[in-house]
Amino acid sequence: MELIYAIAVGVMVTCSVFLLLRGHTFTIVLGLTLLSYAVNLFLFASGGLRLNSAAILNDGGTYADPLPQALVLTAIVIGFAMTAFALILAIRARADLGNDQVDGKAIPGDVLGDKTVSADKRANS
Amino acid sequence: MNLLWVPLLPLLGALVPLLTGKMSRNVCAWSTALLPAFALMIVISLIPGVMAQQLPSVHYEWVPVLGLSISFFMDGLGLLFCLLILGIGLLVILYARYYLSPTDNVGRFYSSLILFMSAMLGVVLSANLIQLWFFWELTSVSSFLLISFWSDKSDARKGARMALTVTGAGGLALLAGLLLIGQVVGTYDLQAVLASGDTLRDSALYPAIVILVLLGAFTKSAQFPFHFWLPHAMSAPTPVSAYLHSATMVKAGVFLLARFYPVLSHTELWFGIVSMVGLATLLVGAYSALFKHDLKGLLAYSTISHLGLITLLFGLDTDLAAIAAVFHIINHAVFKASLFMAAGIIDHESGSRDMRRLNGLFKYMPYTATLAMVAASSMAGVPLLNGFLSKEMLFTEALHQETLGSMSWLIPILVVIGGALAVAYSLRFIHDVFFNGEPINLPKTPHEPPRYMRVPVEILVLLCLLVGIFPQFIVGDLLLSVGHALMPNGVPYFSLSIWHGFNIPLLMSVIAVAGGMALYYQRRHLFAFQSQFAQVDAKRVFENAIQWLVIKAQLVHSWIDNGSFQRYAMWLVVAALFAMGVPLLNMPEAAGTLPQTQVDPVIVIGAGLIIIGSIATTLVSHRRLLSLVMISIVGLVVSIAFAWFSAPDLALTQLSVEVATIILFLLALYFLPQKIAHLHLSPPRVVRDLVIATLAGAFVGTLCYAMLTHPMTSISDFFVANSKTGGGGTNIVNVILVDFRGFDTFGEITVLGIAALGIYKLLAGIRLFVPATDSDGRPWASEKNPLMLAQISQSLLPLALLVSAYIFLRGHNLPGGGFIAGLITAIALIQQYIAHGVGWMRDRGDLNFQWFIGTGLLIACLSGVGSWVFERPFLTSWFDYFSLPGVGKFELASAMVFDLGVYLTVIGATLSILANLGKLTTSDRPVRSPVKGGRL
Repeated sequence: MELIYAIAVGVMVTCSVFLLLRGHTFTIVLGLTLLSYAVNLFLFASGGLRLNSAAILNDGGTYADPLPQALVLTAIVIGFAMTAFALILAIRARADLGNDQVDGKAIPGDVLGDKTVSADKRANS
Repeated sequence: MNLLWVPLLPLLGALVPLLTGKMSRNVCAWSTALLPAFALMIVISLIPGVMAQQLPSVHYEWVPVLGLSISFFMDGLGLLFCLLILGIGLLVILYARYYLSPTDNVGRFYSSLILFMSAMLGVVLSANLIQLWFFWELTSVSSFLLISFWSDKSDARKGARMALTVTGAGGLALLAGLLLIGQVVGTYDLQAVLASGDTLRDSALYPAIVILVLLGAFTKSAQFPFHFWLPHAMSAPTPVSAYLHSATMVKAGVFLLARFYPVLSHTELWFGIVSMVGLATLLVGAYSALFKHDLKGLLAYSTISHLGLITLLFGLDTDLAAIAAVFHIINHAVFKASLFMAAGIIDHESGSRDMRRLNGLFKYMPYTATLAMVAASSMAGVPLLNGFLSKEMLFTEALHQETLGSMSWLIPILVVIGGALAVAYSLRFIHDVFFNGEPINLPKTPHEPPRYMRVPVEILVLLCLLVGIFPQFIVGDLLLSVGHALMPNGVPYFSLSIWHGFNIPLLMSVIAVAGGMALYYQRRHLFAFQSQFAQVDAKRVFENAIQWLVIKAQLVHSWIDNGSFQRYAMWLVVAALFAMGVPLLNMPEAAGTLPQTQVDPVIVIGAGLIIIGSIATTLVSHRRLLSLVMISIVGLVVSIAFAWFSAPDLALTQLSVEVATIILFLLALYFLPQKIAHLHLSPPRVVRDLVIATLAGAFVGTLCYAMLTHPMTSISDFFVANSKTGGGGTNIVNVILVDFRGFDTFGEITVLGIAALGIYKLLAGIRLFVPATDSDGRPWASEKNPLMLAQISQSLLPLALLVSAYIFLRGHNLPGGGFIAGLITAIALIQQYIAHGVGWMRDRGDLNFQWFIGTGLLIACLSGVGSWVFERPFLTSWFDYFSLPGVGKFELASAMVFDLGVYLTVIGATLSILANLGKLTTSDRPVRSPVKGGRL
């Protein structure tokens, strides 16, 4: 079971790093989200994998390690904030630069065959 | 009195002029002088102890492991410099009060001056090498502020930058040298270092140490070939020049020579380098001074020349030469400070410093002229003045030299030539300025300065005379105590008297004076000779070098930072691969000794879904909606995995965050380009990225497997044992969050709040690209808020709020808590936005989510501060059990209040992110500011 868990984490990391290395903001944020899933699972695994032993005090006396759980819980929430920030940054970059490329070669104002009207124009018409 | 106050009082004093700068000139000057005057009194009170070889010292440990401490001590050398720094500093404060014009910012000037003063005091009193270096660099920085005081002038800025570059670079060399000394001796304690001269001289690192320390000293003291910065530093206000280039800044370099003289000198290497550099500087400076038309330029080159003289004395292989060097440090400080002040007076009262225009000023300012002439005579080495005595000592020592082997006879001759040049330029200073006809085209009619502007000059010139006539009485004891610092094995006998009989040094003096007069008389020929050479402007050479450096640096920079995130991300991942790969390659086997759990169908299906979902997300990443569906499968399975592996809190959090994340992504799709071109899917690039990504996955997977199968101990037993008794809750994860590690959680919700506020700012005043149709060219649906969704959502809202309240309240004992409850509430509200639209929500109470964040953080903070009332550390929790009729026994815990703060912050952050993004296409979108709102 441990092996299968590790393989799943490894595949998630592979896919997320590949997405992270692409040239568009959307794919990068997608990769970032996938990577934070993988990292959370990885961190969570540092406490070992236990079945049917939630970290709630009971008479049984066997518990999963609560510390990684507490760390991962805040990591999930912070990860959401980070994903959100990256996504809004992408929106803002698109608004200011006119494109969503991050390969350093994009010409400012070059909108990739996208039929869009700026809000200003729409308001004026 | 505690020695610590000597550098500390001026350091505090740097604040005084900033406070009193707006008051009258006199108040500002007097209040500025107060603390340095106190420091001077402390120094004077310490004199008897130093003279009796009972050196006062203070020592405070700071980081003992690193050899860092705060420690000061005062030996004879430190005492001498303290007297010079504080004494001349006080005179400069008085002088500057009259020199600066009403438009100058006096507070800033005095503040920088006093900061510089305390930095110098720190250098000369430090008993720790690193601390010495710190103050050394502080002198460079504060002198930069002083030289660039008239920052509207290009000359001042460039001169200051040059001084900072040269002395700062030397400071780095010095740091390297000091670190090497610390390595050889094994301590940074200066007194221990001073006692281990033989260890240092025998060390293999000795040559490197000497060269590095000398680089520091030579750059600071403007020794050839680093002398070029000093003339350009003359663009500073004259009080600064009088202070920095007579008694302090440039003297820090020769102080360093004196400080390390006992441990680094007495070798061929030291004497060879120091004497040659000193001699070259002496001659170059004196020769160049003769041709300067600017009064301060002449004095600047003369300063270089005299510093060369002092350096030369430290490089001559006799103990008496070192005594002579110290003596000349005093004499030069006194006469040069007075000369700079006199030059400042002339500039101030006549409007010019050009010696071709300044002529015959004796008629206009006889009193100042007399003072300046006495000081200039001292500079030339005329008998009965202090400059004569140390020059005579130089001639004596130069005669007994063997440094150059059989060519040593050159040294006395070159020194006499230097002396003659000094006489010539001093004569020029006197004759050109005060006699030699009438002034030409001066902007002002020259006159005597205000009475008290002359006082500092008078005091200094009086000192010139007193030292010159009664040397033994005035400075004999002081020199002896400095001698003890320089020569721990015993100070040789020296005699400070005006008359040593008819001897060769006297003859050399006569030759120098006669030669100097001849040189000046024949100066026409000299000037004609000199005019054949093209003038090299050090500033232009330096600026060109700087420009070249900047261009090259920009080339390197633009090569590294080419604006491609892809490249940065690639290098980041590759670096992480290296960091992970090295330990992994050193690990013999991934599988550990722990027994592995049985494979069950649930985990196979779950892992399969995750793997398929991840790969599918990657493959369809150019089809945006589909890829979101795929990634949401992964997120859901992750939350199931948390639930399966005994982490119900994580499962609940992941589930609710998953919903929020996907809503966020769906909203963002609207604002990002609809089509993603298959950019850069060139085969080599894909192969490269695949290799990197596969390696990363393989490394992390292996690490994860190794971690899962190796036994290890956890610190969690503590949390399990103390959760109920210490934190009053049975849900250990929640107790860790709100109690044991409450401070961490406080930091984390702060980050969350900051991220949300950052997003709010990013969205304010954004220029929008609004697609008219969907990606297939179809127009948007006219029905924005479907009736069924609206009805169901509305009836679900109270239920959802009830659930979140329940989850919140039970969180301390059962899965739940502030984070999860906050997310549930936020999602319930977001659902209303989706179902009904922004306008409908606004009509039912416009919530300000930024306020939620602030209130939440404030509550969390106050619940922590509250424990201070009971004299407990921040965030100490409290709980007790109560019972009410009808309700039964229940628990109240202060951690609940903290959790409430978490709850509110999470609601505020989540909603302000999602709702503000959602509002973007409506008239309710965030605006940059109320005033500029119309620009949108």
